[in-house]
Amino acid sequence: MDTRQIELEILRYDPEKDDEPYFQTYSVPCLEDWVILDAINYVKDNLDTTLAYRWSCHMMVCGSCGMMVNGEPSLTCKTFVRNLPDKVRIEPLENFPIERDLVVVLDDVMQKLHQVQPYIIRKDDPPEGKEHIQSRGALAKFKQLTMCINCMCCYAACPQYGLDKNFIGPAALALAHRYNRDSRDQGKSDRLDILADHDGVWACSFVGACSEVCPKDVDPAAALQQMKIDGAMEFWKQKLGMPGDKS
Amino acid sequence: MSRRPYNRPMSKTTWYMRNSRYKVYVLRELTSFLVAFYSFLTIAALAALASDSAEVWNGFLASQQSTGMVIFHGLALLYFLFYQTFPWFKLAPKAMPIQLGEKKLPDIFIIFGHYVAWVVASAIIFWLAGVI
Repeated sequence: MDTRQIELEILRYDPEKDDEPYFQTYSVPCLEDWVILDAINYVKDNLDTTLAYRWSCHMMVCGSCGMMVNGEPSLTCKTFVRNLPDKVRIEPLENFPIERDLVVVLDDVMQKLHQVQPYIIRKDDPPEGKEHIQSRGALAKFKQLTMCINCMCCYAACPQYGLDKNFIGPAALALAHRYNRDSRDQGKSDRLDILADHDGVWACSFVGACSEVCPKDVDPAAALQQMKIDGAMEFWKQKLGMPGDKS
Repeated sequence: MSRRPYNRPMSKTTWYMRNSRYKVYVLRELTSFLVAFYSFLTIAALAALASDSAEVWNGFLASQQSTGMVIFHGLALLYFLFYQTFPWFKLAPKAMPIQLGEKKLPDIFIIFGHYVAWVVASAIIFWLAGVI
């Protein structure tokens, strides 16, 4: 099969040796159907075994292989080499500390995902031996948001998170919205304080970059704007003494 | 084996130069200066009106009809259209999706609805102003 030679410029950083990251170039013979992850795997298998990066499924499910490809946050298993120029620059995801080479430290977003209580909260138990019934219409209200694979490309694209690490950020807020919209959930009031806080949805200025880079079309930007509207409605309900979510 | 993560902080002053997406966003946000300008202009117009003097009011009107101001208003209108009205109307279905049963109302209806509301609101203002 025909191959095309591309130059991969990969950002390298060894915490035990390097004071700062630097680019190392590898020449990789790529097949027509290769994605960037294949090219990186080729480097690891044939050219440089010391290269560190995360990947697992190679099929857009695990969310491990998010990296900057020519400056764009991308899932490398979804980014075809044939759509890119002969020189491709691979960097670890922006806005995260670099652990080593292409591996970033995700502790901060892991804590944020946990913070929004991303699970169904019930105030009462379901009837004995029965499950909660959910209609297809009720499922459609949040199904798109369940597609998130936590690849964190949205955080790498978000200038708000880049400038202020206290911002809860697109994926975690979209996840909160997913549970708030779930007809089985009763935890909206539990999540309200954190979402309506200074570092919650109102810190988002709707750049919209998160949704543009999302490899699973989750559209976190839309979720955040919907949460702003929900929050404003809640505010006015309270002002007008109407029954709201936070009672 | 020791951990020593390397931070690459985003520049507080030049971050928006990173890509075209950020540049478009900043251009959109800069329209807020024009919004502020038109707020002040409205206050100036009200002040001229409140002065109860035809001379002051006509002076204000004349000041807005100079070639320079007409060009400025024209450019401001274009800037608003391309960096406020069109983008925001396009984004409206994201913030206000309408669900009908299992299906979402197609975005085009929500976007079109905004344009219709815009035309109606403009027509009312023109009618009140005696233009039509």
